[in-house]
Amino acid sequence: MSDNYVPKSAVGKWFNERLPLLDLIYGHLMPYPTPKNLNYFWTFGGILTFCLVTQIITGLVLAMHYVADADLAFASVEHIMRDVNYGWLLRYIHANGASLFFMAVYIHMARSMFYGSYKEPRELIWIIGVFIFLLMIATAFMGYVLPWGQMSFWGATVITNLFSAIPIVGESVTNWLWGGYAVGSPLLTRFFTLHYLMPFLIFALVILHVWALHVPGNNNPEGIDVVKGSQDTVPFHPHYVVKDLFALVVFLIIFAGFVFFVPNLLGHTDNYIQANPLQTPEHIVPEWYFLPFYAILRAVPDKLGGVILMVSAIAILAFLPWLDTSKVRSAKYRPLYKQFVWLFFANTIFLGYLGAQVADGLFLIMGRIATVYYFAHFIVILPLLGYIEKTKPLPKSLSEPVLTKEEKEMLASGATT
Amino acid sequence: MQYLSKILILTLVYFGLSQITIQAAEMKEPLHPEWSFQGPLGKFERASLQRGYQVYTEVCSGCHSMELLSYRNLMEDGGPEFSEAQVKAMAAAFEVKGAPDEYGDVVMRPAILSDKFVSPYENEQQGRAANGGAYPPDLSVMVKARHGGADYVYSLLLGYEDAPEGMVLDDGVYYNIYAKGQKIAMPQLLSADAVEYSDGTEATPEQMARDVTMFLTWTAEPKLEARKRIGFKVITYLLILSFLLYFTNKQIWKESH
Repeated sequence: MSDNYVPKSAVGKWFNERLPLLDLIYGHLMPYPTPKNLNYFWTFGGILTFCLVTQIITGLVLAMHYVADADLAFASVEHIMRDVNYGWLLRYIHANGASLFFMAVYIHMARSMFYGSYKEPRELIWIIGVFIFLLMIATAFMGYVLPWGQMSFWGATVITNLFSAIPIVGESVTNWLWGGYAVGSPLLTRFFTLHYLMPFLIFALVILHVWALHVPGNNNPEGIDVVKGSQDTVPFHPHYVVKDLFALVVFLIIFAGFVFFVPNLLGHTDNYIQANPLQTPEHIVPEWYFLPFYAILRAVPDKLGGVILMVSAIAILAFLPWLDTSKVRSAKYRPLYKQFVWLFFANTIFLGYLGAQVADGLFLIMGRIATVYYFAHFIVILPLLGYIEKTKPLPKSLSEPVLTKEEKEMLASGATT
Repeated sequence: MQYLSKILILTLVYFGLSQITIQAAEMKEPLHPEWSFQGPLGKFERASLQRGYQVYTEVCSGCHSMELLSYRNLMEDGGPEFSEAQVKAMAAAFEVKGAPDEYGDVVMRPAILSDKFVSPYENEQQGRAANGGAYPPDLSVMVKARHGGADYVYSLLLGYEDAPEGMVLDDGVYYNIYAKGQKIAMPQLLSADAVEYSDGTEATPEQMARDVTMFLTWTAEPKLEARKRIGFKVITYLLILSFLLYFTNKQIWKESH
C-alpha cells in the first residue's frame, strides 16, 4: 500500500527510509481506492474505531481511581462520580459508550448481512469481526460487574454459574473461575484484570480486520466487484474521511444526548444498590445488548442445553460465509433474501424484547419459536435460498444503477452514433 | 413475507403495551410534580435544597444514613450552597470518632468539613434491631436506585392511607399506595409541621416531601447542574460542527458520479 508517499521534511524522509510506518498509514488512509457508492451504513467502521479508542482512554483514567475490592468497589465508583475532577463525565461516557458501541456494532453487522459483505473474498474479515464481537461481549459483561451493584453481582452469579452446566468438571471449573466458593473479591479482581486486557486484544484484532479489508477493498451497496483505480472508486481521502467525520459527529450528538441528559436511561436502577449476596433482585436482567442471547439461553428448560444454544447463536455467525450459498452479495438483487433478512432482524429484536420479560407462559413459548427461527435462518433458509432464489440481473459497473432510464438510453444512443 | 414482518412488529407493539398494564397493576403510577431540575437546562432550587437538608437531618437521619456525603459537599457549587461558616457550624453539631490519643484511647470530637455524614447506627445489625428487623437503607443514591426516581420517592412519602377494610397488616408494616404490594416498613413521618422551617415556609407534607426529594436528587446526582450546563454547550458545538461538515462533504462529492 505504498502509493507514492513523499515525506515533506528531512526528518520524515530519514524516518521513512528506515521504517516505512508513515508510508503504511498513508496508504491505508489517503489514496486507498474506495467504491464511490458507499452509503451511510458504511460509516460505522470509523464510528466503531472511535468507540473503542474512547472506551480505552476513559477506562484508563477510571482505572486510576477505581478499587477492585468487593467492600470498596461500589464506594470507589461513587468517589469517581463525586470527588474526581470530571469523574462523572468519564464514567457516564464509559458506561453509555459501551451501549453505543454495541448499537454501532449491531448496525455494522446488519449492514454486512444485508449487503453480503461476508462473502468471498471477504470471509476472513467477517470471521475476525465475529471474534471482535465475542471479545466485546466478554469485555462488556466483565465491565458491568465492576461497579459491584446488585445487577453486577447477580449478573456475574448467573453467568458464571452457567459453567457449572459442563458435565463432570462443571463444579470445579466454576469454583476455579470464582477463585472460591461464591462470587466475591477474587472474581472481581480477575474480572478487572481481564476487562483491562481485552480492549487491547480487540484493538489488535481491529488492525487485522482493517488490514484484511484493505486487501480486496470495500464491498458496496451493489455488491459487485469494482476495479481499483477505475471510475468506480474514489480515494479514501478526502471523500470518505469527511463523510465518516460527518457521520461520526451526528453519532456524537446522540452519544452526548445520552451522556449529558439521560445518563442512566440504559442502565438498571438496581445497580445503584450495593451488591448484597443475601438478597436476590426480583428480576435479573442483563444489559439491553445481551437480551436476544439471554432469551435464547432461557428458551431451553435444560441449563446445559441453554448454554450450548446461546454459545451456538454467536458461533454460527462465523460460518455465515458458507451457510449462505448464494453467489450474489447484495440483498438489493436478492428479492427473497431481502424479505428474509428483514425478518431475521425483526426476529432478533423480538428476542431482545422477550429477553427482558419473565420467562414463563406465552413469553416462553414465543421465546422458543423465535429461537428456532433464529437458527432456522442460518441452517435452513440461507442454504436453501441460494438454490431456489431467482436473483435480479447485476449491473456491470457502479455507474450503471446510478443512471436513470433516460440517461441510460442517452448513453446507449450516444455509443451507437 | 412483507406481511409477516408487519405482523411481527405489531405483536411486538402489542406485548409492549400489555406489559405496561401489567406493571401498572403491580405498582401505582407515581405522581409527576414539576421539578426545576428537569429539562435540558434544569437546576435545583437552592432554598428547597436547604430546606430539604433540614428535613433530612431532623426527620430522616434518625434512621437513614447518608454514607457517601461529606459535610463539605453542602457548600459546593450546584448543591444547597450553604456558606462555609454555616456548614462548619452544622458539622460541629455532630460527634465523630477522633484519632487515637497518646494513650491509644479513641476520643469523640466534633465533625469537621471533611467528615462523612454521621450515620444513625453503628452497623446494620443495630439498625435492624432498632427497626423491628427492617434495615432503613442508605439514602445517598436512593433516587437513582429506584424505578421512577424523584417522582417515586416524592409519591411514597405522601402515599400513606388507611389500609382498606379486611387487609391485615403486621406490626411495623404500614399501608402506602405507592409501595410495592402497598406495604412498607417505614411509618408516615411527614405530618404537618414535622419541622419548623427556618426561612418561614409553611411545612405542609407536600412541601416537606418536595424539599427532601429535591435534596435527595442532589445527593444522588451532585453534578447534575454542571452536567446539563456542559451538555448544552457540547451539543451546540457538535450541531454547528455537523452543519459545517455536511456542506464540506457535499462540496467534496460534487464532482464524483
